[in-house]
Amino acid sequence: MGDIDLTVLNQPVAQKKLSLICFSGDFDKLVATFTLATGAAAVGYEVNIFFTFWGLDAIKTKQGRAFVGKGFLGKLFGFFMGGLRSAPVSRLNFMGLSPKIFRYLMRSKNVATLEELVEAAKVLEVNMYACEMAMHILGLEKSDFIHEVKGVLGVTTFLELSEGGRTLFI
Amino acid sequence: MPTFQLDITKEHCPMTFVKTKIQLSKLQSGDLLEVFLTEGEPLNNVPRSSREQGYNVLDISHVEGNVHKVLIQK
Repeated sequence: MGDIDLTVLNQPVAQKKLSLICFSGDFDKLVATFTLATGAAAVGYEVNIFFTFWGLDAIKTKQGRAFVGKGFLGKLFGFFMGGLRSAPVSRLNFMGLSPKIFRYLMRSKNVATLEELVEAAKVLEVNMYACEMAMHILGLEKSDFIHEVKGVLGVTTFLELSEGGRTLFI
Repeated sequence: MPTFQLDITKEHCPMTFVKTKIQLSKLQSGDLLEVFLTEGEPLNNVPRSSREQGYNVLDISHVEGNVHKVLIQK
């Protein structure tokens, strides 16, 4: 046997729950969202992410800039908001240069990139939901999102889902 | 019984246990997984989280330098 006492490890735990309201579409805040989500899911938490407003950019099928949405204004907003790959950082974005630098730094330092975290969240069956109201404003439909998005919710359904766990707004 | 290996010595939070969990989910019940990891957060977290998830941590041994090997049975 090795040099560490194994007996202290045997502590069964009940199912825990973490619900995240992903409001921001900023690169750094999406990294925080998906780091928490994957870490919690890996250790057995039930994890729910409720994407609303700018956060919806993270779950669009088209990850770059595309005229996604309905109506002239919806498509225009959709283009400027972009998707996961065009997410800006919340500070010192330098017209989109900073996210590229961050991706380079994360890869070179063996830290999971945003895209890797999202893929891990899918594998770990993190529950992803889209906000019905924000989708209506932006002219988005469920078909505009990755198929892992389980449903379109309002606030009351999200409150029911998050009942009994911890909820964070990012 | 089959023994698989996973090297997470170059990984950081949260991918240390995320990769362990994903690898364990692919194995059959009874299979063994040798996880190579470094001291600090991975060594503290991976055995504890594995046990909490219902897997058997059979052994933890020092390999070299700051690298350790955790033997987990699904």
